[in-house]
Amino acid sequence: MGMTVVEKILARASGLPSVKAGDVVEPKVDLAMSHENAALVMNQFIEIYQGTGIQPKIWDPSKISIIFDHRVPAESPKTASNQKKIREFVAANDIAKFHDIRGDVGGICHQVLPENGYVRPGSVIVGTDSHTTSHGALGAFAFGIGATEMASVWALGSVLNVEVPATIKVNVSGKFKKFVGPKDLILHLIGKLTAEGANFRVIEFHGPTIRDMSTSGRLVICNMSVEAGATSGIVPADKETLRYLTREAGVKGKIVCVSPDKDALYERTIDIDVSRMDPQIACPHTVDNVKSIKAVKGIKIHQVVIGSCTNGRLDDLELAAKILRGKKVAKGTRMLIFPASARIYNQALAKGYIGEFMKAGAVVMNSGCGPCLGIHEGALGDGEVALSTTNRNFKGRMGNPNSEVYLCSPAVAAASAIKGVITDPTKGVK
Amino acid sequence: MGQVIYKLGDDISTDIIYPGRYMATVLPTETPQFAFADIKELNERMKTKQVPPGSVIVGGKNFGCGSSREQAVSTLKGYDLIIIAPNFARIFLQNSINLGLQTVTCPEIDANVGDDLEVNSTEVMNKKTGRKFSVIPLPKARQAIVEAGGLIAYTRKRVMVGKSSV
Ligand code: SF4
Repeated sequence: MGMTVVEKILARASGLPSVKAGDVVEPKVDLAMSHENAALVMNQFIEIYQGTGIQPKIWDPSKISIIFDHRVPAESPKTASNQKKIREFVAANDIAKFHDIRGDVGGICHQVLPENGYVRPGSVIVGTDSHTTSHGALGAFAFGIGATEMASVWALGSVLNVEVPATIKVNVSGKFKKFVGPKDLILHLIGKLTAEGANFRVIEFHGPTIRDMSTSGRLVICNMSVEAGATSGIVPADKETLRYLTREAGVKGKIVCVSPDKDALYERTIDIDVSRMDPQIACPHTVDNVKSIKAVKGIKIHQVVIGSCTNGRLDDLELAAKILRGKKVAKGTRMLIFPASARIYNQALAKGYIGEFMKAGAVVMNSGCGPCLGIHEGALGDGEVALSTTNRNFKGRMGNPNSEVYLCSPAVAAASAIKGVITDPTKGVK
Repeated sequence: MGQVIYKLGDDISTDIIYPGRYMATVLPTETPQFAFADIKELNERMKTKQVPPGSVIVGGKNFGCGSSREQAVSTLKGYDLIIIAPNFARIFLQNSINLGLQTVTCPEIDANVGDDLEVNSTEVMNKKTGRKFSVIPLPKARQAIVEAGGLIAYTRKRVMVGKSSV
């Protein structure tokens, strides 16, 4: 029997000729990413060596990446002190793939990793962040783990006792309508699968729509695969992956693409035709509570957010700028925009989008997680409603359990900001 | 034996178990104070020591979905709670095994607040109703980590082996 992409990757990384779903393996890790929670990883890492008489030693500092993004610039002395400790650790251990709070190379981990060429097809990537699934967009097997598990990876260079996940194949065909795109596709799929429908499974994306999709769009669908419970999403690497890596991420040298075998065994196959799909909205308070925009249009919104590791990339900002051009954000509605990385921020600045956003009345914030997890910027008031291009709408996610968050695409967010109510961009915005 | 102190619905996210705004607090010794911070009554009861070790929280399906934040596990581990749910989200379950929080996957679980439960590795018995519910055991690979006393101890052993083989 043939292998899926993830089975192939895990076989290679575990030094085995082949593996199948359910096998237990110990894959070597190619990249291990953490953000501010590296503070906890450091603590657990040192704990491992307690009483052993061995000096704590990272297996390979060149394979560790640490990005500050969740609380940047620091919102409290506690965070600032944690960040300081991590900086000292990074310096002491020669961790080169470190991205501090900066306006040139900083940003959200799930954008910084791909744009710097740290993500390669066929590699095994672990991150202390559930949206590490994003990196499947470049054909890697990437999944989220906890801080203690990361400490174990730092010590050993492999992940212990990994069960090879079964794979769900998703075939996507059809051309998106104008103002409908990858975010609508993934919301639709999550609604179909439910929040636990892909738990312990990988979603492998195929079909002409995926082949035609840019890496930016693929990052969106892999990013949100975890919202259906998936261990990871993955798009087998292809021409577009090579284009992105060489042209945008500056990768030099040989890149090997891994494809699934023709007779790979999938747990199930789902076919989706996007050609008639309307914009999709995830309603409070679960991501799988997905409805067509028809069911929710007209709902009053107090805050619109465009950004995050899901939809804060240049094409998202370009689309939003186009819709907002010459218009104003409605009175009674606040609009917050936070580009996914400093690089994207600079590109948007050069293209004039940032100026257009500000002219329309939006507030452009620094690159980072910001309002997505409601810690220090953009919290909601009691009873307020937000419409956001982020990936989670759990109760309390934007900092207040007495508020509501709807999730949508950048086109819906921009059109709705102008009207102050949830608005269908495909119906024309006047 | 443990008493059910609270029942929760489906899809209880890590944002509910340990709200993001407390994420700067990372040490397992400090996280328990913020357990279920937005369910004030439960948080109060836990903090004022009205919850004896071994008490049970019964959750719905997909318990622990969302973030990989390990605080969502250490905060519960701090009170030595047992979490019983029909199923758990992958990373939460993994973190629980790694840190030694007792999670019991029990698809049919039916119990109310105040019921006494007897929990072992194969079944949960509700002493109040007399009903028994079977438990889905952890895969062997995970069991080995539990038996070692958590992932720190498990990894420590491996580090020691590495040392002796050099
Ligand atoms: S932007 Fe939001 S979802 Fe993405 S890494 Fe940051 S907190 Fe997580």
